[in-house]
Amino acid sequence: MENRNKVELHKISKVFLNGDSCEAAIEEVSLSVKENEFLVLLGPGECGKSVLLNIVAGLMEATSGEVYINGELCGGIHPEVGMVFQELGVLPWLTVRDNVALPEKFRGMSKKDRYAHGQEFIDLVGLHGFEKYYPHQLSGGMKQRVGIARAYASDSDILLMDEPFGKLDAQTRYSMQDEILKIWNQNKKTVIFVTNNIEEAVYLGDRIILFTAAPMSVRRIYDLKDLPRPRNYTDEKFLQIRGEINRHMDLVIQ
Amino acid sequence: MEERNKLEAAAGKLRFERRRERQKALLLGIISIFIFLTVWQMLCTLHIVGENVLVSPIKVIQAIWIKAGDTRPDGNTLLQNILSSFRLVLIGFGLALVIGLPLGLLMGWYRPLDKFIRPIFEIIRPLPPIAWIPIVIVILGIGTAAKSFIIFFTTFVPIVINSYTGIRETNQVYINFAKTCGYSNWRIFRTVGIPSAMPLAFAGMVIALGNGWGTLVAAEMLASNSGLGYMIFMGRSYGRIDIIIAGMLVIGLIGLALTAALELIEGYVLKWRIKEK
Repeated sequence: MENRNKVELHKISKVFLNGDSCEAAIEEVSLSVKENEFLVLLGPGECGKSVLLNIVAGLMEATSGEVYINGELCGGIHPEVGMVFQELGVLPWLTVRDNVALPEKFRGMSKKDRYAHGQEFIDLVGLHGFEKYYPHQLSGGMKQRVGIARAYASDSDILLMDEPFGKLDAQTRYSMQDEILKIWNQNKKTVIFVTNNIEEAVYLGDRIILFTAAPMSVRRIYDLKDLPRPRNYTDEKFLQIRGEINRHMDLVIQ
Repeated sequence: MEERNKLEAAAGKLRFERRRERQKALLLGIISIFIFLTVWQMLCTLHIVGENVLVSPIKVIQAIWIKAGDTRPDGNTLLQNILSSFRLVLIGFGLALVIGLPLGLLMGWYRPLDKFIRPIFEIIRPLPPIAWIPIVIVILGIGTAAKSFIIFFTTFVPIVINSYTGIRETNQVYINFAKTCGYSNWRIFRTVGIPSAMPLAFAGMVIALGNGWGTLVAAEMLASNSGLGYMIFMGRSYGRIDIIIAGMLVIGLIGLALTAALELIEGYVLKWRIKEK
Protein backbone atom coordinates (compact mmCIF):
# COMPACT_ATOMS: atom_id res chain seq x y z
CA MET A 1 0.00 0.00 0.00
CA GLU A 2 3.05 2.23 0.19
CA ASN A 3 2.34 3.69 -3.21
CA ARG A 4 -1.25 4.68 -2.67
CA ASN A 5 -1.91 8.40 -2.82
CA LYS A 6 -3.23 9.42 0.55
CA VAL A 7 -3.77 13.07 -0.29
CA GLU A 8 -4.03 14.66 -3.70
CA LEU A 9 -4.37 18.31 -4.54
CA HIS A 10 -5.57 19.20 -7.97
CA LYS A 11 -4.90 22.70 -9.30
CA ILE A 12 -5.62 24.49 -6.05
CA SER A 13 -5.88 28.26 -6.34
CA LYS A 14 -6.78 30.79 -3.68
CA VAL A 15 -7.61 34.43 -4.15
CA PHE A 16 -8.10 36.85 -1.26
CA LEU A 17 -10.01 40.08 -1.37
CA ASN A 18 -7.76 42.83 -0.15
CA GLY A 19 -9.89 45.92 0.12
CA ASP A 20 -11.36 46.12 -3.35
CA SER A 21 -8.54 44.41 -5.19
CA CYS A 22 -8.00 40.70 -5.59
CA GLU A 23 -4.76 39.17 -4.46
CA ALA A 24 -3.71 35.73 -5.62
CA ALA A 25 -2.20 33.70 -2.79
CA ILE A 26 -1.94 30.30 -4.43
CA GLU A 27 -1.74 29.59 -8.14
CA GLU A 28 -2.67 26.16 -9.42
CA VAL A 29 -0.79 23.99 -7.00
CA SER A 30 -1.07 20.27 -7.65
CA LEU A 31 0.65 17.66 -5.54
CA SER A 32 0.17 14.24 -4.08
CA VAL A 33 1.24 12.62 -0.84
CA LYS A 34 1.88 8.90 -0.52
CA GLU A 35 0.68 6.87 2.41
CA ASN A 36 3.05 7.17 5.38
CA GLU A 37 5.18 9.67 3.58
CA PHE A 38 6.80 12.57 5.41
CA LEU A 39 6.24 15.42 2.98
CA VAL A 40 7.71 18.84 3.65
CA LEU A 41 6.24 21.97 2.11
CA LEU A 42 9.03 24.52 2.00
CA GLY A 43 8.73 28.13 0.98
CA PRO A 44 9.67 31.63 2.01
CA GLY A 45 7.73 33.29 4.82
CA GLU A 46 4.17 34.47 4.14
CA CYS A 47 4.10 32.68 0.79
CA GLY A 48 0.81 30.92 1.41
CA LYS A 49 1.93 27.53 2.75
CA SER A 50 -0.31 27.84 5.78
CA VAL A 51 -3.22 28.78 3.57
CA LEU A 52 -2.65 25.64 1.52
CA LEU A 53 -2.54 23.54 4.67
CA ASN A 54 -5.74 25.12 5.93
CA ILE A 55 -7.37 24.21 2.64
CA VAL A 56 -6.27 20.58 3.02
CA ALA A 57 -7.60 20.60 6.58
CA GLY A 58 -10.94 21.94 5.35
CA LEU A 59 -10.67 25.11 7.41
CA MET A 60 -10.57 27.29 4.30
CA GLU A 61 -12.19 26.92 0.95
CA ALA A 62 -10.09 26.97 -2.20
CA THR A 63 -11.15 29.45 -4.86
CA SER A 64 -10.75 26.69 -7.39
CA GLY A 65 -9.33 23.18 -7.49
CA GLU A 66 -10.03 20.00 -5.56
CA VAL A 67 -8.69 18.11 -2.58
CA TYR A 68 -8.83 14.31 -2.67
CA ILE A 69 -8.30 12.24 0.46
CA ASN A 70 -8.01 8.47 0.00
CA GLY A 71 -9.02 9.04 -3.59
CA GLU A 72 -12.29 10.68 -2.66
CA LEU A 73 -13.19 14.29 -3.26
CA CYS A 74 -13.18 16.11 0.06
CA GLY A 75 -15.15 19.27 0.64
CA GLY A 76 -14.51 20.20 4.25
CA ILE A 77 -13.30 18.80 7.55
CA HIS A 78 -12.21 15.19 7.18
CA PRO A 79 -12.10 12.88 10.21
CA GLU A 80 -8.83 11.37 9.07
CA VAL A 81 -7.01 14.68 9.09
CA GLY A 82 -5.43 15.97 12.31
CA MET A 83 -3.54 19.19 12.71
CA VAL A 84 -0.69 20.53 14.83
CA PHE A 85 -0.83 24.30 14.84
CA GLN A 86 1.75 27.00 14.36
CA GLU A 87 0.78 28.91 17.44
CA LEU A 88 0.21 26.51 20.23
CA GLY A 89 -3.33 25.31 19.82
CA VAL A 90 -3.26 23.80 23.29
CA LEU A 91 -6.27 24.92 25.32
CA PRO A 92 -4.98 26.75 28.43
CA TRP A 93 -7.95 25.83 30.63
CA LEU A 94 -7.48 22.09 30.22
CA THR A 95 -4.82 19.90 31.78
CA VAL A 96 -2.38 17.99 29.59
CA ARG A 97 -4.41 14.81 29.64
CA ASP A 98 -7.70 16.60 29.00
CA ASN A 99 -6.11 18.34 26.04
CA VAL A 100 -4.84 15.09 24.61
CA ALA A 101 -8.19 13.42 25.21
CA LEU A 102 -10.17 16.19 23.55
CA PRO A 103 -10.50 14.79 20.01
CA GLU A 104 -11.63 11.46 21.41
CA LYS A 105 -14.18 13.20 23.57
CA PHE A 106 -15.98 14.14 20.41
CA ARG A 107 -16.17 10.54 19.31
CA GLY A 108 -18.06 9.78 22.48
CA MET A 109 -15.40 7.66 24.17
CA SER A 110 -15.80 7.34 27.94
CA LYS A 111 -13.52 9.41 30.16
CA LYS A 112 -11.62 6.37 31.40
CA ASP A 113 -10.98 5.07 27.89
CA ARG A 114 -9.99 8.51 26.66
CA TYR A 115 -7.44 8.92 29.42
CA ALA A 116 -6.07 5.43 28.90
CA HIS A 117 -5.82 6.00 25.18
CA GLY A 118 -4.25 9.43 25.60
CA GLN A 119 -1.76 8.18 28.17
CA GLU A 120 -0.07 6.09 25.51
CA PHE A 121 0.70 9.20 23.49
CA ILE A 122 1.57 11.33 26.49
CA ASP A 123 4.19 8.71 27.31
CA LEU A 124 5.28 8.60 23.69
CA VAL A 125 6.11 12.32 23.61
CA GLY A 126 7.86 12.06 26.96
CA LEU A 127 5.36 13.94 29.12
CA HIS A 128 4.85 11.15 31.62
CA GLY A 129 4.19 12.67 35.03
CA PHE A 130 2.83 15.93 33.61
CA GLU A 131 -0.72 14.71 32.93
CA LYS A 132 -2.35 17.00 35.46
CA TYR A 133 -0.35 20.11 34.61
CA TYR A 134 -1.93 23.14 33.00
CA PRO A 135 -0.24 24.49 29.84
CA HIS A 136 1.05 27.63 31.58
CA GLN A 137 3.11 25.39 33.83
CA LEU A 138 4.93 23.89 30.83
CA SER A 139 7.75 25.14 28.63
CA GLY A 140 7.20 25.96 24.95
CA GLY A 141 8.69 22.65 23.83
CA MET A 142 6.51 20.70 26.23
CA LYS A 143 3.39 22.50 25.05
CA GLN A 144 4.24 21.62 21.48
CA ARG A 145 4.62 18.01 22.58
CA VAL A 146 1.08 18.17 23.97
CA GLY A 147 -0.07 19.36 20.54
CA ILE A 148 1.71 16.46 18.84
CA ALA A 149 0.41 13.91 21.35
CA ARG A 150 -3.08 15.25 20.81
CA ALA A 151 -2.86 15.04 17.04
CA TYR A 152 -1.52 11.49 17.33
CA ALA A 153 -4.15 10.42 19.82
CA SER A 154 -6.89 11.64 17.51
CA ASP A 155 -6.35 8.53 15.39
CA SER A 156 -6.15 10.57 12.22
CA ASP A 157 -4.04 8.94 9.51
CA ILE A 158 -2.97 12.24 8.09
CA LEU A 159 -1.15 14.80 10.21
CA LEU A 160 -0.82 18.38 9.05
CA MET A 161 1.87 20.34 10.84
CA ASP A 162 1.92 24.07 10.36
CA GLU A 163 5.42 25.26 11.32
CA PRO A 164 5.03 23.50 14.64
CA PHE A 165 8.52 24.40 15.82
CA GLY A 166 8.63 27.95 14.50
CA LYS A 167 8.33 29.58 17.91
CA LEU A 168 10.82 27.37 19.74
CA ASP A 169 14.41 28.24 20.47
CA ALA A 170 17.06 26.56 18.29
CA GLN A 171 18.07 23.93 20.83
CA THR A 172 14.54 22.83 21.60
CA ARG A 173 13.80 22.85 17.91
CA TYR A 174 16.55 20.33 17.16
CA SER A 175 15.40 18.01 19.88
CA MET A 176 11.77 18.29 18.75
CA GLN A 177 12.79 17.39 15.21
CA ASP A 178 14.37 14.21 16.50
CA GLU A 179 11.33 13.61 18.62
CA ILE A 180 8.90 13.93 15.75
CA LEU A 181 10.94 11.52 13.63
CA LYS A 182 11.11 9.05 16.49
CA ILE A 183 7.36 9.16 16.95
CA TRP A 184 6.75 8.94 13.23
CA ASN A 185 9.03 5.88 12.99
CA GLN A 186 7.21 4.14 15.83
CA ASN A 187 3.78 5.02 14.60
CA LYS A 188 3.74 5.72 10.89
CA LYS A 189 1.33 8.29 9.59
CA THR A 190 1.14 10.45 6.55
CA VAL A 191 2.67 13.77 7.50
CA ILE A 192 2.51 17.09 5.68
CA PHE A 193 4.94 19.40 7.41
CA VAL A 194 5.13 23.10 6.60
CA THR A 195 8.30 25.06 7.27
CA ASN A 196 10.37 27.96 5.98
CA ASN A 197 13.58 26.47 7.33
CA ILE A 198 15.70 24.65 4.71
CA GLU A 199 17.72 22.67 7.22
CA GLU A 200 14.61 21.48 8.97
CA ALA A 201 13.12 20.46 5.63
CA VAL A 202 16.17 18.43 4.58
CA TYR A 203 16.48 16.87 8.01
CA LEU A 204 12.87 15.68 8.15
CA GLY A 205 11.47 15.14 4.69
CA ASP A 206 11.07 12.05 2.53
CA ARG A 207 10.26 14.57 -0.11
CA ILE A 208 10.41 18.35 -0.20
CA ILE A 209 8.21 20.55 -2.32
CA LEU A 210 9.75 23.96 -2.77
CA PHE A 211 7.36 26.81 -3.43
CA THR A 212 7.86 30.25 -4.91
CA ALA A 213 7.01 33.44 -3.04
CA ALA A 214 3.38 34.65 -3.25
CA PRO A 215 1.46 33.96 -5.38
CA MET A 216 2.62 30.52 -4.46
CA SER A 217 3.29 27.81 -7.02
CA VAL A 218 5.47 24.70 -7.09
CA ARG A 219 9.06 25.51 -8.02
CA ARG A 220 10.85 22.23 -7.53
CA ILE A 221 10.42 18.84 -5.94
CA TYR A 222 13.29 17.09 -4.17
CA ASP A 223 13.15 13.39 -3.48
CA LEU A 224 15.23 12.54 -0.43
CA LYS A 225 14.13 8.93 0.04
CA ASP A 226 17.70 7.84 -0.61
CA LEU A 227 19.26 10.13 1.95
CA PRO A 228 19.72 7.74 4.89
CA ARG A 229 18.25 8.49 8.31
CA PRO A 230 19.15 9.58 10.91
CA ARG A 231 20.51 12.47 8.94
CA ASN A 232 23.42 14.60 9.92
CA TYR A 233 23.47 18.37 9.51
CA THR A 234 27.13 18.38 8.59
CA ASP A 235 27.04 15.41 6.22
CA GLU A 236 28.42 16.29 2.78
CA LYS A 237 25.34 15.08 0.93
CA PHE A 238 23.11 16.96 3.34
CA LEU A 239 24.99 20.20 2.79
CA GLN A 240 24.94 19.72 -0.94
CA ILE A 241 21.14 19.38 -1.02
CA ARG A 242 20.79 22.26 1.38
CA GLY A 243 22.90 24.49 -0.90
CA GLU A 244 20.97 23.36 -3.94
CA ILE A 245 17.63 24.27 -2.36
CA ASN A 246 19.05 27.52 -1.09
CA ARG A 247 19.92 28.61 -4.61
CA HIS A 248 16.35 28.05 -5.76
CA MET A 249 14.53 29.56 -2.84
CA ASP A 250 13.06 33.03 -3.26
CA LEU A 251 14.24 35.70 -0.94
CA VAL A 252 11.50 37.65 0.69
CA ILE A 253 12.16 40.77 2.66
CA GLN A 254 9.57 40.93 5.39
CA MET B 1 24.40 17.11 50.30
CA GLU B 2 26.22 20.34 50.95
CA GLU B 3 25.02 21.71 47.61
CA ARG B 4 21.51 20.90 48.64
CA ASN B 5 21.85 22.71 51.93
CA LYS B 6 23.17 25.76 50.14
CA LEU B 7 20.14 25.78 47.85
CA GLU B 8 17.80 25.36 50.78
CA ALA B 9 19.45 28.27 52.53
CA ALA B 10 19.14 30.46 49.43
CA ALA B 11 15.48 29.53 49.01
CA GLY B 12 14.85 30.25 52.66
CA LYS B 13 16.42 33.66 52.25
CA LEU B 14 14.23 34.42 49.22
CA ARG B 15 11.12 33.32 51.06
CA PHE B 16 12.09 35.48 53.99
CA GLU B 17 12.60 38.49 51.71
CA ARG B 18 9.25 37.96 50.06
CA ARG B 19 7.55 37.77 53.43
CA ARG B 20 9.28 40.97 54.48
CA GLU B 21 8.09 42.65 51.28
CA ARG B 22 4.50 41.66 52.05
CA GLN B 23 4.72 42.78 55.65
CA LYS B 24 6.05 46.13 54.49
CA ALA B 25 3.11 46.56 52.10
CA LEU B 26 0.64 45.64 54.84
CA LEU B 27 2.29 48.02 57.28
CA LEU B 28 2.06 50.90 54.80
CA GLY B 29 -1.65 50.20 54.35
CA ILE B 30 -2.24 50.20 58.08
CA ILE B 31 -0.27 53.43 58.55
CA SER B 32 -2.29 55.09 55.80
CA ILE B 33 -5.61 54.20 57.42
CA PHE B 34 -4.30 55.14 60.85
CA ILE B 35 -3.21 58.59 59.66
CA PHE B 36 -6.55 59.11 57.95
CA LEU B 37 -8.46 58.24 61.11
CA THR B 38 -6.18 60.35 63.29
CA VAL B 39 -6.63 63.44 61.13
CA TRP B 40 -10.37 62.87 61.12
CA GLN B 41 -10.47 62.44 64.89
CA MET B 42 -8.35 65.59 65.38
CA LEU B 43 -10.66 67.64 63.18
CA CYS B 44 -13.48 66.70 65.51
CA THR B 45 -11.86 66.81 68.95
CA LEU B 46 -10.18 70.15 68.19
CA HIS B 47 -13.55 71.48 66.99
CA ILE B 48 -12.11 72.51 63.65
CA VAL B 49 -15.38 71.35 62.13
CA GLY B 50 -18.63 71.39 64.04
CA GLU B 51 -20.48 68.33 65.37
CA ASN B 52 -23.37 69.11 63.05
CA VAL B 53 -21.09 68.64 60.02
CA LEU B 54 -18.76 65.81 60.94
CA VAL B 55 -18.63 63.40 63.85
CA SER B 56 -15.49 61.65 65.00
CA PRO B 57 -14.62 58.08 63.93
CA ILE B 58 -15.10 56.91 67.51
CA LYS B 59 -18.66 58.23 67.47
CA VAL B 60 -19.27 56.50 64.14
CA ILE B 61 -18.13 53.17 65.52
CA GLN B 62 -20.32 53.77 68.56
CA ALA B 63 -23.25 54.48 66.25
CA ILE B 64 -22.64 51.19 64.40
CA TRP B 65 -22.49 49.37 67.72
CA ILE B 66 -25.71 50.90 69.00
CA LYS B 67 -27.47 50.51 65.64
CA ALA B 68 -26.90 46.76 65.83
CA GLY B 69 -29.69 46.51 68.37
CA ASP B 70 -31.50 49.83 68.04
CA THR B 71 -34.12 50.54 65.39
CA ARG B 72 -33.94 54.30 65.68
CA PRO B 73 -34.17 56.55 63.69
CA ASP B 74 -35.25 54.59 60.59
CA GLY B 75 -37.16 51.69 62.13
CA ASN B 76 -34.70 48.87 61.42
CA THR B 77 -31.64 47.41 63.08
CA LEU B 78 -28.39 47.59 61.13
CA LEU B 79 -28.54 43.91 60.22
CA GLN B 80 -32.09 44.26 58.88
CA ASN B 81 -30.93 47.15 56.71
CA ILE B 82 -27.91 45.21 55.47
CA LEU B 83 -30.01 42.18 54.59
CA SER B 84 -32.59 44.32 52.84
CA SER B 85 -29.92 45.99 50.69
CA PHE B 86 -28.22 42.69 50.12
CA ARG B 87 -31.40 41.15 48.83
CA LEU B 88 -31.90 44.02 46.41
CA VAL B 89 -28.38 43.77 45.01
CA LEU B 90 -28.51 39.99 44.76
CA ILE B 91 -31.78 40.06 42.83
CA GLY B 92 -30.57 42.80 40.46
CA PHE B 93 -27.10 41.35 39.99
CA GLY B 94 -28.37 37.78 39.75
CA LEU B 95 -30.87 38.71 37.10
CA ALA B 96 -28.24 40.67 35.16
CA LEU B 97 -25.94 37.67 35.33
CA VAL B 98 -28.55 35.17 34.21
CA ILE B 99 -29.67 37.34 31.30
CA GLY B 100 -26.54 39.36 30.49
CA LEU B 101 -23.91 36.65 30.50
CA PRO B 102 -25.61 34.35 27.97
CA LEU B 103 -26.69 37.35 25.91
CA GLY B 104 -23.17 38.76 25.70
CA LEU B 105 -21.66 35.38 24.91
CA LEU B 106 -24.22 34.56 22.22
CA MET B 107 -23.94 38.01 20.67
CA GLY B 108 -20.18 37.67 20.54
CA TRP B 109 -20.37 34.28 18.88
CA TYR B 110 -23.27 34.59 16.47
CA ARG B 111 -22.87 37.54 14.13
CA PRO B 112 -26.52 37.85 13.00
CA LEU B 113 -27.68 38.00 16.62
CA ASP B 114 -25.03 40.66 17.25
CA LYS B 115 -26.23 42.77 14.32
CA PHE B 116 -29.81 42.32 15.45
CA ILE B 117 -29.41 43.28 19.12
CA ARG B 118 -26.53 45.73 18.87
CA PRO B 119 -28.56 48.80 17.76
CA ILE B 120 -30.96 48.53 20.71
CA PHE B 121 -28.15 47.82 23.14
CA GLU B 122 -26.11 50.79 21.91
CA ILE B 123 -29.01 53.15 22.54
CA ILE B 124 -29.71 51.80 26.02
CA ARG B 125 -26.06 51.52 27.05
CA PRO B 126 -25.15 55.20 27.58
CA LEU B 127 -28.25 55.93 29.66
CA PRO B 128 -27.24 56.60 33.27
CA PRO B 129 -29.06 54.28 35.69
CA ILE B 130 -30.55 57.21 37.58
CA ALA B 131 -32.33 58.32 34.40
CA TRP B 132 -34.40 55.15 34.61
CA ILE B 133 -35.89 55.98 37.98
CA PRO B 134 -38.92 58.04 36.86
CA ILE B 135 -40.03 55.57 34.19
CA VAL B 136 -39.39 52.66 36.53
CA ILE B 137 -41.67 54.21 39.12
CA VAL B 138 -44.39 54.65 36.51
CA ILE B 139 -44.12 51.09 35.25
CA LEU B 140 -43.05 49.06 38.27
CA GLY B 141 -44.20 51.22 41.13
CA ILE B 142 -41.95 51.61 44.17
CA GLY B 143 -41.49 48.07 45.47
CA THR B 144 -38.61 45.63 45.37
CA ALA B 145 -39.09 45.10 41.64
CA ALA B 146 -38.47 48.76 40.86
CA LYS B 147 -35.37 49.01 43.04
CA SER B 148 -33.92 45.74 41.76
CA PHE B 149 -34.43 46.96 38.24
CA ILE B 150 -32.18 49.95 38.84
CA ILE B 151 -29.51 47.62 40.20
CA PHE B 152 -30.15 45.23 37.33
CA PHE B 153 -29.56 47.95 34.82
CA THR B 154 -26.24 49.12 36.25
CA THR B 155 -24.92 45.58 36.45
CA PHE B 156 -26.33 44.36 33.15
CA VAL B 157 -24.30 46.61 30.85
CA PRO B 158 -20.76 45.74 32.05
CA ILE B 159 -21.64 42.04 32.17
CA VAL B 160 -22.87 42.03 28.58
CA ILE B 161 -19.98 44.10 27.25
CA ASN B 162 -17.30 42.06 28.97
CA SER B 163 -18.62 38.64 28.07
CA TYR B 164 -19.14 39.88 24.50
CA THR B 165 -15.59 41.22 24.21
CA GLY B 166 -14.21 38.14 25.95
CA ILE B 167 -15.69 35.69 23.52
CA ARG B 168 -14.84 37.84 20.53
CA GLU B 169 -11.19 37.56 21.48
CA THR B 170 -11.19 33.77 21.39
CA ASN B 171 -7.97 32.59 19.76
CA GLN B 172 -8.74 31.50 16.20
CA VAL B 173 -6.23 28.65 16.53
CA TYR B 174 -8.34 27.06 19.29
CA ILE B 175 -11.43 27.36 17.12
CA ASN B 176 -9.63 25.83 14.14
CA PHE B 177 -8.42 22.98 16.27
CA ALA B 178 -11.93 22.22 17.48
CA LYS B 179 -13.13 22.36 13.89
CA THR B 180 -10.56 19.78 12.78
CA CYS B 181 -11.91 17.53 15.54
CA GLY B 182 -15.27 17.75 13.82
CA TYR B 183 -16.94 19.81 16.54
CA SER B 184 -20.12 21.65 15.59
CA ASN B 185 -20.30 25.41 15.94
CA TRP B 186 -22.56 25.14 18.99
CA ARG B 187 -20.15 22.71 20.59
CA ILE B 188 -17.15 24.93 19.83
CA PHE B 189 -19.07 27.79 21.41
CA ARG B 190 -19.46 25.77 24.59
CA THR B 191 -16.08 24.05 24.82
CA VAL B 192 -13.81 26.76 23.40
CA GLY B 193 -15.68 30.07 23.31
CA ILE B 194 -17.11 30.15 26.82
CA PRO B 195 -13.91 29.15 28.66
CA SER B 196 -11.92 31.70 26.62
CA ALA B 197 -14.37 34.43 27.54
CA MET B 198 -14.34 33.69 31.26
CA PRO B 199 -11.40 35.87 32.38
CA LEU B 200 -12.95 39.02 30.86
CA ALA B 201 -16.45 37.98 31.87
CA PHE B 202 -15.29 37.73 35.46
CA ALA B 203 -13.70 41.16 35.27
CA GLY B 204 -17.10 42.39 34.07
CA MET B 205 -18.85 40.78 37.02
CA VAL B 206 -16.47 42.46 39.47
CA ILE B 207 -17.14 45.85 37.87
CA ALA B 208 -20.87 45.12 37.77
CA LEU B 209 -21.09 44.13 41.40
CA GLY B 210 -19.19 47.26 42.41
CA ASN B 211 -21.50 49.43 40.32
CA GLY B 212 -24.61 47.68 41.59
CA TRP B 213 -23.67 48.07 45.22
CA GLY B 214 -22.73 51.67 44.54
CA THR B 215 -26.12 52.48 43.02
CA LEU B 216 -27.85 51.13 46.09
CA VAL B 217 -28.37 54.52 47.66
CA ALA B 218 -29.94 55.86 44.48
CA ALA B 219 -32.19 52.83 44.16
CA GLU B 220 -33.34 53.13 47.75
CA MET B 221 -34.28 56.75 47.13
CA LEU B 222 -37.43 55.23 45.69
CA ALA B 223 -39.69 55.12 48.67
CA SER B 224 -38.15 52.44 50.80
CA ASN B 225 -38.68 51.46 54.37
CA SER B 226 -35.45 49.58 54.85
CA GLY B 227 -31.93 49.28 53.48
CA LEU B 228 -28.60 50.99 53.99
CA GLY B 229 -29.42 53.74 51.51
CA TYR B 230 -32.71 54.33 53.30
CA MET B 231 -30.88 54.43 56.63
CA ILE B 232 -28.58 57.17 55.30
CA PHE B 233 -31.53 59.21 54.11
CA MET B 234 -33.33 58.90 57.37
CA GLY B 235 -30.10 59.86 59.12
CA ARG B 236 -30.09 63.02 57.06
CA SER B 237 -33.72 63.79 57.83
CA TYR B 238 -33.07 63.48 61.54
CA GLY B 239 -29.74 65.30 61.37
CA ARG B 240 -27.90 62.21 62.57
CA ILE B 241 -24.45 62.65 60.99
CA ASP B 242 -23.17 59.59 62.88
CA ILE B 243 -25.82 57.38 61.23
CA ILE B 244 -25.02 58.79 57.78
CA ILE B 245 -21.30 58.15 58.07
CA ALA B 246 -21.89 54.76 59.70
CA GLY B 247 -24.09 53.80 56.73
CA MET B 248 -21.46 54.96 54.26
CA LEU B 249 -18.78 53.02 56.10
CA VAL B 250 -20.84 49.82 56.14
CA ILE B 251 -21.67 50.16 52.42
CA GLY B 252 -17.97 50.62 51.66
CA LEU B 253 -16.86 47.66 53.76
CA ILE B 254 -19.50 45.31 52.37
CA GLY B 255 -18.69 46.39 48.81
CA LEU B 256 -15.06 45.54 49.51
CA ALA B 257 -16.03 42.15 50.93
CA LEU B 258 -18.28 41.35 47.95
CA THR B 259 -15.52 42.14 45.47
CA ALA B 260 -13.06 40.07 47.45
CA ALA B 261 -15.49 37.14 47.54
CA LEU B 262 -16.02 37.32 43.79
CA GLU B 263 -12.28 37.45 43.19
CA LEU B 264 -11.89 34.39 45.38
CA ILE B 265 -14.39 32.51 43.22
CA GLU B 266 -12.59 33.77 40.13
CA GLY B 267 -9.27 32.48 41.42
CA TYR B 268 -10.82 29.07 41.89
CA VAL B 269 -12.72 28.86 38.59
CA LEU B 270 -9.85 30.28 36.55
CA LYS B 271 -7.03 28.41 38.21
CA TRP B 272 -5.65 27.53 34.77
CA ARG B 273 -4.64 31.12 34.22
CA ILE B 274 -1.07 32.28 34.52
CA LYS B 275 -0.67 33.65 38.00
CA GLU B 276 0.99 37.02 38.10
CA LYS B 277 3.20 37.54 41.07
